[in-house]
Amino acid sequence: MEYAVIFLPLLGSVVTYFGKKLGTLFSQIFSCLMVSIAAIMSFIIFYNGLIYDNYGNYLIFEWIQSGNLKVNWSIKIDPLSSIMIMVVTSVSALVHIYSIGYMSHDPHKPRFMSYLSLFTFSMLCLVVSDNFLQLFFGWEGVGLCSYLLIGFWFKRETANNAAIKAFIVNRVGDFGLAIGIFIIFLIFGTLNFEEIFAEVSNFTKTNLSFFGGEYNAITLICVFLFIGAMGKSAQFFLHTWLPDAMEGPTPVSALIHAATMVTAGVFLVVRCSPIFEYSQVAMNLVAIIGMITALFAASVALVQNDIKKIIAYSTCSQLGYMFFAAGVGAYHIAMFHLFTHAFFKALLFLGAGSVIHSFKEEQDITKMGGVWKKIPYTMVLMLIGTLALTGFPFLSGFYSKDAIIEFAYLKGTSVGYYASALGIFTAFLTAIYSWRLFFKTFFGSYNNKSISIEKTHESPLVMIAPLIVLAIGAIFAGYFFKDLFLGNDTTYWGDSILFLNYIKLENIPLWLILITPIIITIAIPISYYLFIKDKTILNGVKNSNIPLYNFLVNKWYIDEIYDFIFINPLKRIGIFFWKKGDQDTIDRFGPDGISKVIKYVSNKAIKFQSGYIYDYAFVMLIGLSALITFLILN
Amino acid sequence: MNFPILSTIIFLPFLGAAFIFLSNQKNENKSAIYISLFTSFANLFLTFFLWYSFDKSLTGFQFIEEKNWISGLIKFKLGIDGISILFIILTAFITPICIISCINSVKKRLDEFLIAILILETFILGVFCSLDLIIFYLFFEAGLIPMFLIIGIWGGPRKIYSAYKFFLFTLLGSVLMLAAIIFIYWSMGTTDYTEIYKLKIPQNYQYLLWLAFFSSFAVKTPMWPVHTWLPDAHVEAPTAGSVILAAILLKMAGYGFLRFSLGMFPIASEYFTPLIFTLSIIAIIYTSLVALMQEDMKKLIAYSSVAHMGFVTLGIFTFNKQGIEGSIFQMISHGIISAALFLCVGVLYDRTSSRMIKTFGGIVNYLPNFSLIFIIFVLGALGLPGTTGFIGEFLVLLGAFKINYLVAILASTGVVLCAAYMLWMAKRVVFGKTNNSIISKLKDINYLEGSVLILLCLVSLVFGFYPEPLLNTMDVSVNGIIENHQNESVVNLIYKN
Repeated sequence: MEYAVIFLPLLGSVVTYFGKKLGTLFSQIFSCLMVSIAAIMSFIIFYNGLIYDNYGNYLIFEWIQSGNLKVNWSIKIDPLSSIMIMVVTSVSALVHIYSIGYMSHDPHKPRFMSYLSLFTFSMLCLVVSDNFLQLFFGWEGVGLCSYLLIGFWFKRETANNAAIKAFIVNRVGDFGLAIGIFIIFLIFGTLNFEEIFAEVSNFTKTNLSFFGGEYNAITLICVFLFIGAMGKSAQFFLHTWLPDAMEGPTPVSALIHAATMVTAGVFLVVRCSPIFEYSQVAMNLVAIIGMITALFAASVALVQNDIKKIIAYSTCSQLGYMFFAAGVGAYHIAMFHLFTHAFFKALLFLGAGSVIHSFKEEQDITKMGGVWKKIPYTMVLMLIGTLALTGFPFLSGFYSKDAIIEFAYLKGTSVGYYASALGIFTAFLTAIYSWRLFFKTFFGSYNNKSISIEKTHESPLVMIAPLIVLAIGAIFAGYFFKDLFLGNDTTYWGDSILFLNYIKLENIPLWLILITPIIITIAIPISYYLFIKDKTILNGVKNSNIPLYNFLVNKWYIDEIYDFIFINPLKRIGIFFWKKGDQDTIDRFGPDGISKVIKYVSNKAIKFQSGYIYDYAFVMLIGLSALITFLILN
Repeated sequence: MNFPILSTIIFLPFLGAAFIFLSNQKNENKSAIYISLFTSFANLFLTFFLWYSFDKSLTGFQFIEEKNWISGLIKFKLGIDGISILFIILTAFITPICIISCINSVKKRLDEFLIAILILETFILGVFCSLDLIIFYLFFEAGLIPMFLIIGIWGGPRKIYSAYKFFLFTLLGSVLMLAAIIFIYWSMGTTDYTEIYKLKIPQNYQYLLWLAFFSSFAVKTPMWPVHTWLPDAHVEAPTAGSVILAAILLKMAGYGFLRFSLGMFPIASEYFTPLIFTLSIIAIIYTSLVALMQEDMKKLIAYSSVAHMGFVTLGIFTFNKQGIEGSIFQMISHGIISAALFLCVGVLYDRTSSRMIKTFGGIVNYLPNFSLIFIIFVLGALGLPGTTGFIGEFLVLLGAFKINYLVAILASTGVVLCAAYMLWMAKRVVFGKTNNSIISKLKDINYLEGSVLILLCLVSLVFGFYPEPLLNTMDVSVNGIIENHQNESVVNLIYKN
């Protein structure tokens, strides 16, 4: 069964791609079926693990053996991976079903379904890996699928550029991950998780000299692994690809850029908790980058107008939450937030997709509004998603997000206090931008000029049904799973997460428990007033703070800075090397130069062969006299 | 072993070429095609048989053949080990693919073209089999001639310039190698590789001799800064020529480094490691940046070849298991993937007579099957896990990291750049809008082209997921190289103290 979970999506992908002749309907049903079966099996695996402690490592076959490097293809089922398998396959199955409706007008449906299934396979390879190299395979594999799916509408120039950007920024992250893997191999001589984790405590004092300085090896490993995680999970500095990635079809955004692939970075940090626990420096780095990202992305989300980009920045921000949870040592809460986030963010994205579908491919929220009566189901589902995202009491986001803030506070370090304060502030921003999106989309006046309000329509059942399932998850997942994931005496995690000093979630000050729910509840009327009732206040604020507003609208100018620092100079250097280096230097002084010199010399030499006796006699005379002079001098 | 299988493998293509030459009366191409296909496939099966009967657990050379050629002076000595056999298989595998690919694309003098390719195969196989320096030198240099003719006769508009550039560059290095071989003969009394390997060349001679061999191998690899002949040669060469050049001819130099530089001059090899590392790093980064800005697809792939060969030279001189195995693997992998990429460009060139990136765009609409295959090879070239490209690069970098962090990290940036130029090219060629009316009239690949490309694709994927057969074959021989190097380093230490 463990094998089936992994390989059914692959089978679905291959059959769907090459079975174009069998018809689009077949391809859609087949791929949905494969992933759905995998999803059902994943529940069974999770259940077996939970109740019967049925975990293990299933070998597929040997991959690479070179000297002391031995790497296998294998399936490792443990508490951590079984949760990930469940999240990945179930969200994937719902997105597959949803895509039947969403992509109904697209001529390349089989290709789309095939890519989605391929993605599912790669992601599963990533999470069930028992070594770093297979993880790297999955890591690049999901990057590839993301590339293919972002660029799915290949006729759009922007989609192609976004796809390349995603792949290359991810490659920068992968570069970090690869170096992390090299250091691990150098220190531990193996890439197998269990063997490494068993040895970590013996190497805490090992130093490596690196660029002239001496650094702790464990810290270096963690930092480089984290660079990989930053790339994949769109953390600050390497986040630029995620908003652009919204050029892909919406189901892709829901599956890859919200629920699964972008959480791979969080998964990596949690999986490597036995290493991270030994490096306080790296932990703090993770926490700080997480905090910056959470705040940065939320601030940018406030002023964006593209419905998908707002949700993308929101994803970025929530990933920041997960990282700072992991950074303060709350790996289990990070996983819990990952788990609940998968539901409500997929719900929001698919809901947004439903809205976009109703408006016939309109994504600008300033061109929407007032349609809640026309698309009531979508509105209610989006409402649930928004409430869950903002952390409204007793919905899933509430349990996980508050737990992060509380844990950071209980940690008692200065990073922890900053993190919890920023967490609360970001929660407020989250509420504002989420409600802004919600109100502007569904309420107020109808602003779309290209299609009339009568023509907007509710999405078909095949799109609404998966949303309902996700909505159920978004409401109840937090409540039902909180004891299992976070309970003070839960033994669920076993060996899969290491805590050097475990902090229990107890003795939390009352004000801390109350503050976030209160703030986010207050945010609802505030945003309703600001965005629907009286827009003049906001315009006033905007006009008096134009530089700040531009700063936010232009996403802190990060893209422009990167263009300026990296992309343009690299292009210029490339041309310089080619024209000046290869053509003007090497070729000029090398082959072309030599052949020119030879030509020149031979042209001169030709003149000696004039054919006149007296010329030759003259040369002979000079030669003879030179020889005689030489002999006399000696 | 009584049956001289190595000689048979080497001279079978030559025999085929002779047949074509003799049977060619009425300028009939058909018989030429059949003969060349028959001989090259027969050779492929022979090499598979060779692989099957090869004993992977033995160190040293197998299937040794020895005959006196010029008595007392040159022995015709052949033999293979776990490294050379892989290159022999690669050569025998790529040749029939070249022949199939040129059937439709070479319009004039097809029979003579086939003769050139078969003779080239003979020479290249000879390089990988020979155990005598003079024999090696003869094969190594003789390979130039058919390649020179292929570029010069069947090439593009600037064929003469490119052919001479190719010839001058490669010959320049070779002269020094010849001098070094003559010197070895006078000082050691033999040119038999196995003898020299046992006798050990004195340390003070090693440095200069190493440099002489290096000058020849560096040009052929090609390493920066003597790489500029390669893009020109590729651009002007016909498709089959480019394929052979990229897939096999470049590998002769990497093989030469492994077999002769490391084997005969271990001390000098270690001494010059920093030089090799520096040149490799420059090659990887410099040529990647140049590749980024190319407008001609063949030139782009040619520059990427230089970058990929940078990984090879880097890996060879790490002197550890992962590095050397990685670089051998990288050579095989590059042989398959670059061959396939050149074939892909050839497919487009046959249809449009253009190799410029800007001619194309949106071909996925009109050539969907071709686009799929092309994208797979682009991904293979940028080292996506699951293709052979990844395993080679990863092992090389892993090996290099053990020796020198900085070198490995700098080389790793090449991987990022490689993704950039490859994907950018793919984007401009395969995706995007079609702004050229010719594109919409193109036909997708036919069965012949398709089957060749799919075969290469499968090879790349199978060995990407299951590289064990290749790694296993080279395992013992690579251990031999490393042991030799370690023993010599110990000698070196004693010598110094």
